[in-house]
Amino acid sequence: MKRTDTQHIATLAHIPINNDQDKDLTAAFNETLETIKTLQEVKVGGVEPTHQVTGLENVYREDEVHKDTMFTQDQALKNAHRTYQGFIVVPRILEK
Amino acid sequence: MNAQNPSINRRTEAYTLICGMEVHAELKTASKMFCGCTNNPFFAEKPNTHTCPVCLGMPGGLPVANKTAIEWTIKLGLALGCDINLFSKFDRKHYFYPDLPKGYQISQYDIPFCTGGAVETSHGPVRLTRIHLEEDTAKMIHATLDGEKVSMIDHNRAGVPLVEIVSEPDVTSPAQAAEYGRNLREIMRYLEIADCDMEQGGMRLEANISLQSTEQAERGQLPEYKVEVKNINSFRFLENAISHEVERQGEVLDTGVLPAQETRGYNSTKDITFTQRAKEDAADYRYMPDPDLPPFQFAQSQIKEWQHQLPELPGSVRTRWSDTYGLNNQALKMLVVNAEQTAWLDSVFALAEKQGILPKKIAAALVNKQLEINPESTPESVLKTYQKQTASSSVDAQQLSTTIQKILTQHPDAVAKYQAGETQVLGFFMGQAMRVVGNNADAGQVRVEIERQLKQL
Ligand SMILES: [Zn+2]
Repeated sequence: MKRTDTQHIATLAHIPINNDQDKDLTAAFNETLETIKTLQEVKVGGVEPTHQVTGLENVYREDEVHKDTMFTQDQALKNAHRTYQGFIVVPRILEK
Repeated sequence: MNAQNPSINRRTEAYTLICGMEVHAELKTASKMFCGCTNNPFFAEKPNTHTCPVCLGMPGGLPVANKTAIEWTIKLGLALGCDINLFSKFDRKHYFYPDLPKGYQISQYDIPFCTGGAVETSHGPVRLTRIHLEEDTAKMIHATLDGEKVSMIDHNRAGVPLVEIVSEPDVTSPAQAAEYGRNLREIMRYLEIADCDMEQGGMRLEANISLQSTEQAERGQLPEYKVEVKNINSFRFLENAISHEVERQGEVLDTGVLPAQETRGYNSTKDITFTQRAKEDAADYRYMPDPDLPPFQFAQSQIKEWQHQLPELPGSVRTRWSDTYGLNNQALKMLVVNAEQTAWLDSVFALAEKQGILPKKIAAALVNKQLEINPESTPESVLKTYQKQTASSSVDAQQLSTTIQKILTQHPDAVAKYQAGETQVLGFFMGQAMRVVGNNADAGQVRVEIERQLKQL
């Protein structure tokens, strides 16, 4: 992985990082990838991909409203850092 | 670039539009896609009142798929001639944005419910790539609070079932793109699975637009780039946005440069498109099967049953009513709206024929609102109302007698003629009387009364 990859990931995550940080992070990412690389030595030819591990299938719910599990507006906003007239408020990301 | 150079126009015309569509529509189920919260984001009284641990992405919230939303998605696919994947699943699509409380959107990646199929347009069919089901994101309103630019988030929309219909790049003109969108909206409304309210964002349009040069067309090559125009909320804006892009990209290509691969928004007020963000690759989304949602295995018999439950589609209804009853385009456009109404009108038309009334007359009465379109009312009552409206109305006997008496007194000459055997003056008296009592009056009743009074004189 290159430093430009780290910068790309930072952009996607909207996390500002400086030059020193991207150098350190790139090194850390590479260390992790090196460890995970061991997995690539395992021969998986002919093995079906695993979509899930529970063995369950066709788990549905009927299309019904359950008022009892719904939050009040106060409950929904309880963990928000900032609110305004019932909305959760965050810094603007998309600049037009 | 010299704008006066006529060769520039010629070159721009030498490009062929290559356009694929992505249409999102919110399904109108009672509850959300993966939780029991109310699905009614446009009519919620207040923001953030239709939420729970699942759609707010709280730790421990376990999503469970809405059976009806899956059934409707597959029925839409069947109506559009898609192949249905008997094995399917939900995947997590990761990206960071405040409209996504979990940090990922539950969507479908490599095995959508439906693949293939087509939407017919008057410019030719537009093939479909796939139809998949996902959850809608929270709604964001961009505002300035205390001088700071912020986004205000409402989660009433988060987790609403959303179908995404992806087409092949078969669209060759802005007008065809709009027709494609309208036809999709018609089918979804007809199946009564989505309201497709464009203004509210219940149906959203995206176009992937690029231009193919004559050389590429000759070699059968597709353009090496595409520009995605997002968040278009009307068919007119869609046409405008595509026209604008054709012009813009043509100008860029004329200078020998490839237009940037990017996502653009459309500004309807200025009629321009603008850069929104650099496109993320599929790898950036880190798709993975959602471990919270076990996969689905459908029986062929189940798919057959759903196919069987599909109503006759609007195009076929229009042809049938035009051929059997001679209904005109205006009537067909107004009356073919949803399956329930079609079934009701079919029984109204059938009964009308039985009673010797032309169904197209009933259709005309419904179109000009003389009759009410109301599937709750019985066909019998509709025809009774129609007959009452068109039957000659009887006139109050006393009023009629007085009216005719007056006319006869005012025209002694005509009365004399009648008594002398010139019975054709009866027509004159009829005309006078009808003018007073109204043209809807029962002419027979009026005539009888005139003759009765004349004989008594
Ligand atoms: Zn919920």
